[in-house]
Amino acid sequence: MNEKIIEVKELKKHFKTKSGMLHAVDGVNFFINRGETLGLVGESGCGKSTTGRVLLRLIQANSGEVLFHNENILEYSKPDMKKMRKNMQIVFQDPYSCLNPRLTVSEIIAEPLIINKVYKTKDELETRIDELIGRVGLSERLKTSYPHELDGGRRQRVGIARALALNPEFLVLDEPVSALDVCIQAQILNLLKDLQKELGLTYLFIAHNLSVVKHISDRIAVMYLGQIIELTDYKSIFKDPLHPYTQALLSAIPIPKLGVQKERLILRGDVPSPINPAEGCRFAGRCDYSKQNCFEETPKLIESEPGRWVACHYVRQLEQN
Amino acid sequence: MAEKHLLEIKNLTIHYQTDYGTVHAVEGFNLEVGNGETLGLVGETGAGKTTTAFGIMQLLPEPAGKVVAGEIYFRGENLLGKSKTEMKKILGKQIAMIFQDPMTSLNPVMTVGAQIEEMIKLHEPGTKEEIKEKAKKMLEVVGIPAVRQDEYPHQFSGGMKQRVVIAIALSCNPMLLIADEPTTALDVTIQAQVLDLMKKLKDDFKTSMIMITHDLGVVAEICDKVAIMYGGKVVEYATKESLYTKPYHPYTVGLFNSIPDLDSEQDRLNVIDGLPPDPTDMPSGCSFHPRCPHKMPICSQKSPSKVVVGSEHHVYCYLYEQEGAL
Amino acid sequence: MNTVKQKKNKKKSIWLDVWRRLRKNKMAVGGLVIIILLFLTAIFADWIAPYSYESQDLLNMFQTPSFEHWFGTDEFGRDIFSRIVYGSRISLEVGFIAVGISLIIGGSIGAIAGYYGGRLENLLMRCMDVLLAIPEILLAIAIVAALGPSIANLMIAVGISSIPGYARLVRASVMSIREQEFIEAARAAGSSDFRIIVKHILPNCMAPIIVQATIGVAIAILTAAGLSFIGLGIQPPTPEWGSMLSGGRSYIRDYPHMTLFPGIAMMVTILALNLLGDGLRDALDPKLKN
Repeated sequence: MNEKIIEVKELKKHFKTKSGMLHAVDGVNFFINRGETLGLVGESGCGKSTTGRVLLRLIQANSGEVLFHNENILEYSKPDMKKMRKNMQIVFQDPYSCLNPRLTVSEIIAEPLIINKVYKTKDELETRIDELIGRVGLSERLKTSYPHELDGGRRQRVGIARALALNPEFLVLDEPVSALDVCIQAQILNLLKDLQKELGLTYLFIAHNLSVVKHISDRIAVMYLGQIIELTDYKSIFKDPLHPYTQALLSAIPIPKLGVQKERLILRGDVPSPINPAEGCRFAGRCDYSKQNCFEETPKLIESEPGRWVACHYVRQLEQN
Repeated sequence: MAEKHLLEIKNLTIHYQTDYGTVHAVEGFNLEVGNGETLGLVGETGAGKTTTAFGIMQLLPEPAGKVVAGEIYFRGENLLGKSKTEMKKILGKQIAMIFQDPMTSLNPVMTVGAQIEEMIKLHEPGTKEEIKEKAKKMLEVVGIPAVRQDEYPHQFSGGMKQRVVIAIALSCNPMLLIADEPTTALDVTIQAQVLDLMKKLKDDFKTSMIMITHDLGVVAEICDKVAIMYGGKVVEYATKESLYTKPYHPYTVGLFNSIPDLDSEQDRLNVIDGLPPDPTDMPSGCSFHPRCPHKMPICSQKSPSKVVVGSEHHVYCYLYEQEGAL
Repeated sequence: MNTVKQKKNKKKSIWLDVWRRLRKNKMAVGGLVIIILLFLTAIFADWIAPYSYESQDLLNMFQTPSFEHWFGTDEFGRDIFSRIVYGSRISLEVGFIAVGISLIIGGSIGAIAGYYGGRLENLLMRCMDVLLAIPEILLAIAIVAALGPSIANLMIAVGISSIPGYARLVRASVMSIREQEFIEAARAAGSSDFRIIVKHILPNCMAPIIVQATIGVAIAILTAAGLSFIGLGIQPPTPEWGSMLSGGRSYIRDYPHMTLFPGIAMMVTILALNLLGDGLRDALDPKLKN
């Protein structure tokens, strides 16, 4: 039934910087089932985009495992990985920098097919491009257009078509709608949902906008400073968030309705630097409930209730101090 | 001209000349902002929000941008008749602006304290100590310890920088503050902090504000009145309560439907089909008609006129023009 | 500001766009016209030149410009106009081939350094720094002196001496393009490094390279002329503007036309190339795009 398509174990990626080690991804664990969407939410600099790229080996991980169909792809050789890449693709955030400005729309979509020598004849290739262009809702007359002639929404559709070209099972969507206006954003979200249904895709949906993530995800993981601090199905995370950070994050969303203003939890200060983070819970310094041992011992992501994972020493026993 | 509005814009039309033709950025724009009021100016990219703001301040990029028609009354005086020198006295002192990107709106080689002092020096000259004292006070007002005044912008985080920008804008106690997407570049928890601060300051300083945004959530949070902009025009204007209770214009309705709702389950979003109009090639009549689900033959022929649908609520749409349509 | 959607002029490629902007710049178009004329002169030199460039006419030495000899004759009675016409061949050849050499070598070094980074980059760029530490003209003199004077060696010398400039330029543009998401997309699709560099990176750093190369041709022509002037370049009787200048130097008081006309030819060429380069810089600058 629930077949795990991808599983990540203790994934770590540290970057060397002038002022010390930047712990971008620091021991991340999760899995995604076939046909499911896992939303990965967090603020800028929390390591969510790095996680997506490490998964696809666009950045080399320091340690940990990425199991795709139970095989650790981090150990794959270059040619093996090249074959593997057909199964996992990525859609990027910035519709302006994600397309090569010197290529036309059809050349951009053809690139992955040519690189992997999928088709032998030009006709087959053309047919496939036409099919992809139709699938993402672009009109055929745009085939010979250059990216700068398209608006953000259409560019994002080209990016999606390119990612779908190799028939992948798994897609990393790295903030695919955050650069778009709401109306266009809604069109792209609908498209992504339709594609998932039609093609049986599995998504890792990375975003900072919680309402968007909630709309598209089955389960949601919240990241803070390189670690996942809560991972739950999308309903309970909104109804009953367990981690104090998730609670604050949720209360900070401005809601476009009258009279629904919940009590707002305004967090103190800024997100601390991910360079050489101190021991203990990463959130402790800004948490209203933190106690002595929060600063000493890093809480593990544990299944506190069935299907609900949280990394906090005081789940369900938060008291303000 | 009645004095009850701080700012009154009548039939403002701004065009840009580009290689690709004339861009109708703002076309017959009408708006009023009352004293102490916060108005949300909502629209998508290219709707003409920022151009309107630059038009009010007469900072349109020359020579491409030009006010073709209209009047902008600020405290009863037409700003469009003012000379450059007169405008300089008004800008900063009476009308101040906050820009979208806090990373680029501060000068990286000046301390934040000096940048606030610069603004005060320009408009409220005094002794060195007085100015320094005032700058310190402004930093405290926006929640930054005064000891940080000698630090440079790169030593501040995004949210802190935006606070500095707000401090600069408010340092001469302006009557009108134009905030262009002040929280768009910030993370949601930091956005909450900054919005909270702006709400507080707006009450303390009794400043009128035009809040340019694309986020209806932010509007719900901070604004009193809302103007929805589409294709260079205001298509609907209302109090926040009235608009959020019942939006009239099909575009406003579509805008609300495009936002994923946190409280309910939806499989698909009700989207507005199509794309925003090409500003060099505006559709005839109502500029929304090619995308409108309630399109009528007249919509493509003539621009709709103002229809009052409630107290302080009007809309530009033929759907409500016939009597008894409400 | 308002993002202005581009009008849909069907199938408008980027180069057409550049050409449209370049066309507005009268000076640049002027430069381009001169360069085209120069090329035509070089190609059809045999038809244009009224005399052979080496036919001596000792009865008609040091003639001032006349209807028969437009630019006069030199100390051997050779027609200066014909020599200038043939000289354009050498100058253009040297200019473009030398730039070609430095562009190919410097460009590859820069692309590899910029793309891979790390230790390899350090090694390559420090070598470039060593080359850069020697003044270009001295380096060229040293190379010609070592290889012996000939047209080919002149091109090599001029080419090698300007390698570091191109390496630095290409490296900088590659580094900025490398960070773009479409490069990651290509990598995610399994693209090889070679394909990424050639298909995705280099076409996107063409703009600054073209500008630099255009002005580089002018510099190369000047350097080559300079080398010929001091006797290290083209050997007589091959006509070359630099060596013509050098030859006329001794007679400058009595027969200034011998130096004047090659000088003007060189000046016009350099000016045209520089005008075109400047015009291209503006036309290719993406910041001016709307």
